[in-house]
Amino acid sequence: MKEYRTISKIAGPLVFVEKTEPIGYGELVNIVTFDGTIKRGQVLDTSDNLVVVQVFETTAGIGRDSGVRFTGETIKMPVGKEMLGRILSGGGKPIDGGPEIVPEKRLDITGAAINPYARASPNEFIQTGISTIDGTNTLVRGQKLPIFSAAGLPHNNIALQIARQSKVIGSTEPFAVVFAAMGITKEEANHFMKDFERTGALERAVVFLNLADDPAVERIITPRLALTTAEYLAFELGMHVLVILTDMTNYCEALRQIGAAREEVPGRRGYPGYMYTDLASIYERAGIIKGLKGSVTQIPILTMPGDDITHPIPDLTGYITEGQIVVSRELHRKGIYPPINVLPSLSRLMNLGIGKGHTREDHKKVSDQMYAGYAEGNDLRGLVAIVGKDALSERDRMLLEFADLFEQRFVKQGYDEDRTIVDTLDLGWDLLSTLPVEQLTRIDRDLINKYHPKFKAGATKE
Amino acid sequence: MEVKEKDSKIDKLGVLKRISGPVVTAVNFDAHMYDVVKVGNEALMGEVIKIQGEETIIQVYEDTSGIRPGEPVVNTGLSLAVELGPGLLTNIYDGIQRPLSVLVDKMGNFIERGVSAPGLPHDKKWEFKPLVKEGDKVIGGSIIGEVQETNIVHKVMVPPNQKGGTVKSIKSGSFTVDDVVCVLEDGTSLTMMQRWPVRVPRPVKEKLNPEIPLITGQRILDGLFPIAKGGTAAIPGPFGSGKTVTQQQLAKWSDAEIVVYIGCGERGNEMTEVLTEFPELVDPKTGKPLMERTVLIANTSNMPVAAREASVYTGITIAEYYRDMGYDVSLMADSTSRWAEAMREISSRLEEMPGEEGYPAYLAARLSEFYERAGLVITLAGGNGSVSVIGAVSPPGGDFSEPVTQNTLRIVKVFWALDAKLSQRRHFPAINWLNSYSLYLDTLHDWYDREVSPEWNTLRSWAMEVLQKEAELQEIVQLVGSDALPETEQITIEVARMIREIFLQQNAYDAVDTFCDMKKQYDIMKSIKLFADLSATAQAAGVTPSQIIGSKAKNELPQIKFIKDYKPELEKIAKEMDAEFTTLRAAA
Ligand SMILES: Nc1ncnc2c1ncn2[C@@H]1O[C@H](COP(=O)(O)OP(=O)(O)OP(=O)(O)O)[C@@H](O)[C@H]1O
Ligand SMILES: [Mg+2]
Repeated sequence: MKEYRTISKIAGPLVFVEKTEPIGYGELVNIVTFDGTIKRGQVLDTSDNLVVVQVFETTAGIGRDSGVRFTGETIKMPVGKEMLGRILSGGGKPIDGGPEIVPEKRLDITGAAINPYARASPNEFIQTGISTIDGTNTLVRGQKLPIFSAAGLPHNNIALQIARQSKVIGSTEPFAVVFAAMGITKEEANHFMKDFERTGALERAVVFLNLADDPAVERIITPRLALTTAEYLAFELGMHVLVILTDMTNYCEALRQIGAAREEVPGRRGYPGYMYTDLASIYERAGIIKGLKGSVTQIPILTMPGDDITHPIPDLTGYITEGQIVVSRELHRKGIYPPINVLPSLSRLMNLGIGKGHTREDHKKVSDQMYAGYAEGNDLRGLVAIVGKDALSERDRMLLEFADLFEQRFVKQGYDEDRTIVDTLDLGWDLLSTLPVEQLTRIDRDLINKYHPKFKAGATKE
Repeated sequence: MEVKEKDSKIDKLGVLKRISGPVVTAVNFDAHMYDVVKVGNEALMGEVIKIQGEETIIQVYEDTSGIRPGEPVVNTGLSLAVELGPGLLTNIYDGIQRPLSVLVDKMGNFIERGVSAPGLPHDKKWEFKPLVKEGDKVIGGSIIGEVQETNIVHKVMVPPNQKGGTVKSIKSGSFTVDDVVCVLEDGTSLTMMQRWPVRVPRPVKEKLNPEIPLITGQRILDGLFPIAKGGTAAIPGPFGSGKTVTQQQLAKWSDAEIVVYIGCGERGNEMTEVLTEFPELVDPKTGKPLMERTVLIANTSNMPVAAREASVYTGITIAEYYRDMGYDVSLMADSTSRWAEAMREISSRLEEMPGEEGYPAYLAARLSEFYERAGLVITLAGGNGSVSVIGAVSPPGGDFSEPVTQNTLRIVKVFWALDAKLSQRRHFPAINWLNSYSLYLDTLHDWYDREVSPEWNTLRSWAMEVLQKEAELQEIVQLVGSDALPETEQITIEVARMIREIFLQQNAYDAVDTFCDMKKQYDIMKSIKLFADLSATAQAAGVTPSQIIGSKAKNELPQIKFIKDYKPELEKIAKEMDAEFTTLRAAA
């Protein structure tokens, strides 16, 4: 393979190479430094006189004397069944002291888009055992449902609890977890690894670790390696794969860094204008394919800079994913775990996975009614602070009470508490029954007669 | 207007000089703007978007990985065009009209590249029934025959850019879209298929002012902010506020005859949902599966951006084609912001001078050109047809002051403002009744008068007034609490709540409530008004607000939404309300 020594410029993670033969767009590049270290990169722009290479590692050590080798192919990832139980670097190299991965296949890490016509509608209810998810923001197999959190909040524990407790009732099909860390601290990574070990989940997991002190640009490929692995496990080996990506904020920062190095016209807050498309090329790699057994379910985690949900990172994510679970600092301060604020949270695929034949016929309406009650009660808190409880009508007082109950009993639960969906829904009815029945306008009479604790068969009429 | 296909013989060959993502540069290349070209050894489809000195700049509709400088470029000499003819309905296409089902057959579950696929099935035979005979005069746009496409009758037309003439011969029988079915005296032969360049609007005889509403079965839309058939509407909102659900509701239940649904840079699963759901849903008007009147365009967020840019044009051209047959077509574009972003991405690769927030300076022009393709028209054939366009807008951070929302609002006549505060409390559709508007109210006034009830327009104004009043009162309540309000106003608050919870809220996922015809909308609103009137009289007679608000019969009203044959129940509630108030008045 020909080696060029025609580097003309190095700027941030970008290396400019002159006078090459025709080089393909997107090709994998190896740059050999003076001490023989090989650094990997990818072609971002190619023309007859200049090739721009984005290096996935630090450019320290690269200079005019470095050799550049173009491999003639796009970046591929070796995949195989053996990967389960392995810990790899953010660049895909084993870091657990074990042997190299024996590739059964080498797959392009960009991953082609699933043809929408080939997709099957996700509709299998995943019970996470967390009421605010199962009851009001239901996760289904093949969904991409991110956790919007912020610095200092327990999103990692929530993700772990989901990973640990998730099950599809009655299913015995094989499952796996793919965990990709991008720029998280060693301590956080240890927290994940310990929990995986404690619960034996590691055997069924593939872990990619790009830590805070690893090269930032490597983060660009980490999620793609993870998803390529997940797709392989799901669509070729028929497993149900849960992918956890954390922290997507660090990924976006790396993206911004490259944009700046390329001197692109920046979009909002300095992030590249194509960030929506770029994030979509990650998040859309979830789903189910008609006629195939497995599925890819994604739980990306991101920390909202300044707790701001309109910041481009959560904003663009929310526009692509199928809902979001929002972790709230206020609930966390009140000592409520998991501090999930259901109001801005949403699961868009919920309706496909709940109701008769999935969970229970009353699910949707119980959820809607709780939302309405909690939203109104929550608003009243502001009012009470100004006018005092006495100025409230009877109805308002009850709603206020309901909001408190909802947080203390429905939202709050233990880190190891695994509630069944029936428990969750019954709990919902219990709380709703504290409101006058005529206020339950979202629920039709038949369901009230069947499930309302005061009306259902066997209940003692007042 | 005349559209000429360019000389297809300029089969010029060029050489690639530079590849930068979806934008490539060729040299030694003869081309016109918007020519379709084949790029590289794999002949990827692209389109010329800029000519500069020696260089021809091309946007490529497929992934360009691995393409090298020095590979060839071939000009087809054609513009980006769609195939129009029987076989469009029930189909799902990507942004450049490749049928996704054919792509699955050709390349499996994932979209690879370098595969071309014609928009129409060319081997399928259709039963062609002529509607003109030898010696008849036809012009561009004339209907010469028809085909039963689905339950929809497909009119076969003379392409609008042809001058027509006298029919020399016409056949009846079973043909493919390539077979000649009609020959004119001057030797022109016509098939059931025509090609049309997507960036050029199809000509019409005349544009008319719309006067009939597009009835959608959604109370807040039909009742408060209606769109006319042939009108334009925008539905902006932050993520998760209900743009897609509203658009899908319109695609399902609006009384258009043809629906074109464009998933432009949005989610794959949403298109799958349409694909699985629509064949099972029945058009309330015709009783036929909804899919039979629908064409889907799906260029999801992870499919190539250049094809996303084209998808909107592909969709509107198909919509115009059915309009030309005399149909009422409605087109939903979800989301026009992703289309604008595709323009921005391409523009920035061209290193054009950016306008506001990096969007190209021509953003406003492109948006208005697109919405201008809507309208109620007299077709070239002399019939009436319409295209209504409803565009979703996805403003960053939910902030409506950004360029795409603002430029859209300058053009469209109806504004359905989605509100995150409403969606967070699960008030759906989360359309803000104070900020939204429809500029068609005046022109549609007579229709509502005639077709719904002479009372409707007053009832609507009354409801809007109550809602407006409530907003003012809420400000006071936030300061002093509701008990401190004067008595009449306490009742206004209660009535407003009923309007919101009973009339405005509508559950898209409830089998009955998902669609509400105008008659039922009227009946529901009338019942709320009845309560308001009874309350006013009762209050005058000395009944206290808390007695009125505590009255029981009205609490049954929300249930009406979930009952299909609601009439008997509604009458019963009205009687009970009446009786309850009589008792209250008597006791006061
Ligand atoms: N009319 C409705 N009835 C019931 N639920 C609704 C309605 N409209 C919206 N929703 C709920 O809101 C969720 C989000 O709506 P939708 O997917 O349409 O948002 P969107 O505005 O298109 O968001 P994005 O910009 O991210 O695509 C839906 O999944 C559904 O749960
Ligand atoms: Mg949407």
